[in-house]
Amino acid sequence: MPQPLKDARHLVRMAGLFLVAGVGFLVLRSALIPAGFGELGHYRSGALDDNARVEPRFAGRGACAECHDLAPEELAGGAHAAIGCEACHGPLAGHAADPDTEVPPALDTRSLCATCHAAEPAKPGWFPQVVAAEHAGDDACDECHVPHQPGV
Amino acid sequence: MDSLLAQVDGFMYPNEIELQWSVLIVLYPYITGLVAGAFILASLERVFNVEAVKPTYRLALLTALAFLLVAPLPLQLHLGHPERSFEMYLTPKTDSAMAMFGFVYLWYLMGVLVVEIWLDYRKDIVLKARSSTGPVRLFYRALALGSDDIGPRALEIDDRVGRFVTIVGIPSAFLLHGYVGFIFGSVKANPWWSTPLMPVVFLFSAIVSGIALVMLVYMTVSWLRGRTVDMTCLDTIARYLFYAFLIDFSLEVLDLIHRMYEADESFKSLDFMVKTRYATAGVLTLIGIFAMRWNVVIGGQLFSKSFLGYTVYKMGFATREGMLPAILLMILPFAILWLLIRVLPPWLGEGDRGVVETAEG
Repeated sequence: MPQPLKDARHLVRMAGLFLVAGVGFLVLRSALIPAGFGELGHYRSGALDDNARVEPRFAGRGACAECHDLAPEELAGGAHAAIGCEACHGPLAGHAADPDTEVPPALDTRSLCATCHAAEPAKPGWFPQVVAAEHAGDDACDECHVPHQPGV
Repeated sequence: MDSLLAQVDGFMYPNEIELQWSVLIVLYPYITGLVAGAFILASLERVFNVEAVKPTYRLALLTALAFLLVAPLPLQLHLGHPERSFEMYLTPKTDSAMAMFGFVYLWYLMGVLVVEIWLDYRKDIVLKARSSTGPVRLFYRALALGSDDIGPRALEIDDRVGRFVTIVGIPSAFLLHGYVGFIFGSVKANPWWSTPLMPVVFLFSAIVSGIALVMLVYMTVSWLRGRTVDMTCLDTIARYLFYAFLIDFSLEVLDLIHRMYEADESFKSLDFMVKTRYATAGVLTLIGIFAMRWNVVIGGQLFSKSFLGYTVYKMGFATREGMLPAILLMILPFAILWLLIRVLPPWLGEGDRGVVETAEG
């Protein structure tokens, strides 16, 4: 009986090894890839639902306006008019839902204002920016400035 | 902030001040280049029948393997989270060249290099298994996949398949390294990188560095073994090194002339780089491909997209992407090579492939 592969058995073994590795990889792959991957794009489609289920941490300006007088006369035309309340006061969805138990933290204006107004060469020249120590010593920003209506 | 700004010259965009692609990213194309170059040298003997370079054939293959095993490590170290790299294989993203690296790498490692080394060493592995005892015997028997067949017909088949693998291996080596050049060449936001010449330039510089490496390894190994260096072999390698270097040099000059003649908006910025920052490195480029990789990777990040400013690269020492890990990563392949040479001595079956002979020891 002719044995065409008699002298190439080692090669068949090698090929077999590759085949086993390849099949093993495919099995591993099917076990490791999360369900829904690739359905909508190069991601797990269930991630959308997961994200949708996350409780929002920000309430939004509308929620603030329900209770607080946002003093439109203060904000209107002010340089900060377009900035959302929670940009400075922090995420306050909890406070909006239950104002009595969840109280917003007091703000440290020196570090808070510096977030935007610390001097930095990469910022455009027209943007108000200061080196706090030179500008105000140890004083807090809101000793002179009114954050809701900036400008001295 | 002030310390960062002190290193800036002219106008830089904020995200350009600190270099993101560190010395490790210099190392990565350098090491893959060494792999591709060493393999091309090996294929000179196998496919193009350049008999004179035969003494370096196996050494070149082992060198390529040792360096290929280390090639992804700089990337892992640079990116962090090495465990995530496996996900490239699980969920391949075919329209991202970077994400397809895993497949290019795996193909070259398993489909080409390991198979070719195995086929070439099979006779020696079987002979080793026959002549040894205990766990060593088991190890070599496992390496031989349990086969004991080293009859003339089997070896002839090995030789033919091996030749075929090498022929497939040449475009694969070109693919591996051309791919690395392609990654840089396709960054269109960076005029220092963005040129279709990049894969070709990378390839030929890879060949230059790989051949030079194998030549040095061969000389060192011969010296360590107390054997005389085969001067015909060395002369031939040096000749090919010279040819490859000529082509590489011409390509780089072509690139430069093209940039000068084209003189697009980025050129003043590049011209300044060539004339000042790289006066030293430019000279080095002629003798060291590492300097070329450095010029490409680091140089490409030193100037601003505004074309009006420059920054400098400060390399840490014992940091994750500093000089120390880079040096260790360059030593590692030599350690692996030493181990490979211990397990699979290149000079075991020295001489006539295809004929059964007893191991010389």
